Amino acid sequence: MSDLAIAASGVGKRYRIGTAQVQHNTLRDALASSTRRLWSSMTSPGDRAEPDHFWALQDVSFQLRQGEVLGIIGSNGAGKSTLLKILSRITEPTTGEIAIRGRVGSLLEVGTGFHSELTGRENIFLNGAILGMTRQEIRGKFDEIVDFAEIDRFIDTPVKHYSSGMYLRLGFAVAAHLEPEILIVDEVLAVGDADFQRKCLGKMGSIAVGGRTVVFVSHNLDAVQALCTRALLLDEGRVLSDGPTHQVLEQYAKSRLDSVSRKSWPEPQSAPGNDTVRLKGARILAEDGADTIDVRTPFRLEFEYWNLVPDTRLSLSVHVYNHHGVRIFNVGSTKEPTSQPAGLVRETCSVPGDLMNSGTYHLELIVLRDQTEAVLKFEDLLVWEIADNPDLRAGWYGEWPGAVRPNLPWRIDRIDEDGEATGRDAAGVP
Amino acid sequence: MKTMTAITEPVVEHEVPLTVIRPSRGWRSLDLREVWAYRELLYFLVWRDVKVRYKQTALGASWAIIQPFFTMVVFSLFFGRLAGVPSDGLPYPVFAFAALVPWTFFANGLTHSANSLVGSQNLIKKVYFPRLSIPVATVLAGAVDFALAFAVLLGMMLFYGITPTANVIWLPFLLLLALVTSMGVGLWFAALNVRYRDVQYIVPFLVQIWLFVTPIAYPSSMLDEPWRTLYALNPMAGVVEGFRWALLGGAAGAGEAPLSAPGPMLAVSTVAAIAIFVGGAFYFRRLERTFADVV
Repeated sequence: MSDLAIAASGVGKRYRIGTAQVQHNTLRDALASSTRRLWSSMTSPGDRAEPDHFWALQDVSFQLRQGEVLGIIGSNGAGKSTLLKILSRITEPTTGEIAIRGRVGSLLEVGTGFHSELTGRENIFLNGAILGMTRQEIRGKFDEIVDFAEIDRFIDTPVKHYSSGMYLRLGFAVAAHLEPEILIVDEVLAVGDADFQRKCLGKMGSIAVGGRTVVFVSHNLDAVQALCTRALLLDEGRVLSDGPTHQVLEQYAKSRLDSVSRKSWPEPQSAPGNDTVRLKGARILAEDGADTIDVRTPFRLEFEYWNLVPDTRLSLSVHVYNHHGVRIFNVGSTKEPTSQPAGLVRETCSVPGDLMNSGTYHLELIVLRDQTEAVLKFEDLLVWEIADNPDLRAGWYGEWPGAVRPNLPWRIDRIDEDGEATGRDAAGVP
Repeated sequence: MKTMTAITEPVVEHEVPLTVIRPSRGWRSLDLREVWAYRELLYFLVWRDVKVRYKQTALGASWAIIQPFFTMVVFSLFFGRLAGVPSDGLPYPVFAFAALVPWTFFANGLTHSANSLVGSQNLIKKVYFPRLSIPVATVLAGAVDFALAFAVLLGMMLFYGITPTANVIWLPFLLLLALVTSMGVGLWFAALNVRYRDVQYIVPFLVQIWLFVTPIAYPSSMLDEPWRTLYALNPMAGVVEGFRWALLGGAAGAGEAPLSAPGPMLAVSTVAAIAIFVGGAFYFRRLERTFADVV
């Protein structure tokens, strides 16, 4: 394994889910039983027969060559953090084995071990030592760290007087100057303002191209795409896919699209609804028939329902929210609903491309009678992902700011001395 | 004992360490080599504890003196004056204070180290290092307090005109004995505290009881042999009598023999302290693997 940095085979981690509580009728019973428990756990912690456990990770195997930058992705609870904790030796695996060649620096949090009473200078040394730097290394990088954190004037102020931004900058600055052969990074980029994120990502990028082996976990798929050559997709503790980043990201987007972007209830008896209307199905479709939707793709929202009462005037109202919970838009299907006979109805709404920003969206559907009365309401009926389109990025791989991301036409003119304008039309950078 | 835990083996030709992570079972080696490899971290943890201990306190480091000093005053009044407890022919205040200085070092070390892991849970959950560093650093940081209180003790000896004997060369050993005992008990409780927060209530109570079962307010010479020697199974009994002997030994009152060397007591205390320490360290290492998951 000469050029392998990490070789993991069959790694699993089992956690206990709180012990089933035994009913104690008397204090004496409780004491006796807890004494027994105390004794048994003092003598043999770990190997108690516990039926209530779950596997946070199961049979995870992968190999990482030196210099590779691996992104680990997956939904919440997929086991990403557990894997990082095992790789950084914070917790032990229950099964399996990992061989790691090289000094490991792990960065699971910004500012680990900062003490609020100590000054910035003191915390740089403390935090550096905790992250595994020697005093000499820290002294050598001290000025660079202070520069990066932009806290010059406050270096001898206790960090409890720092703003949260300064605190984060200092924390990241120390961590960014760690120089292990293998760097393990979790979600640290999810903090701070846009400027800070941009700076962190820039630094991460330079670390990644610097030939170091990096394991990187993030919810920011754009960052994963930009930084990582390879990605590992975890799902419920297992490796679902391992390969080139774009391929794995595509599969991830597709799996999320599949699981939530369509719902159907073929039988009216079991369909959700009431005596007036029952929902048969709802789905999201890319106009081009592709499996994924990115910011340029026009797509359709399609709803089918059974109208159970003849001559009812029904219409739909759709509310779309982004992952911050902000309502992006609300559209109704018609201003003047017409009476419809009982039976199945399909309503389709077309959403143009170059309108919505990338991210996760969810949709609320309300069925209205006579334009005013809500007869049926579904919150979070559909959840879907709009992927970013790498062609549209101008070197920036953080989250694109803004609730929407329209592609608007621009015109660029040069005005000469006579006031004559000559120029060209341009497509903006969305 | 074969170590089943993560082993760091330097590979000479590459100078790149190879770490193997696999589940460990049962008892594990102490892996003191790793604690040594992380000695800089240990240094910074001690440094942090020393720096932070008296921040934002009005009296600052004088707390290190106030605590044992006022206990000595109270003991002198109630045990020395009112109850007339004997003091091996020594002035009672210096008799009590010579015992309270190492005792305070022991008691604070024990209390702080028992709470150290729980207090550092954000570290334990976020970064790897030998966990032994945390309680060990906490006890070591108490050495600064000890030095301050010890200076006051020397002042008191000067005041009473007591010159130390040549036996003071034993003091480092006696201090080490107090340190080992404090760490040993601290390791047991620090590890237990991770799972059972009851420890937070047990420790102050234990320290209180232990104070009275240690010959601080009274001399161990009140006991006959062999009980006196057996008494030293409490390692602090050996430490305290050792301190008195080494520092004040030559100053017994007129007509009384100088304090005899508490040799058998020290031997028993040393064995007991080592047993507590080794047991505590292994127990700590055994529970260590669950710390990050349980704390």
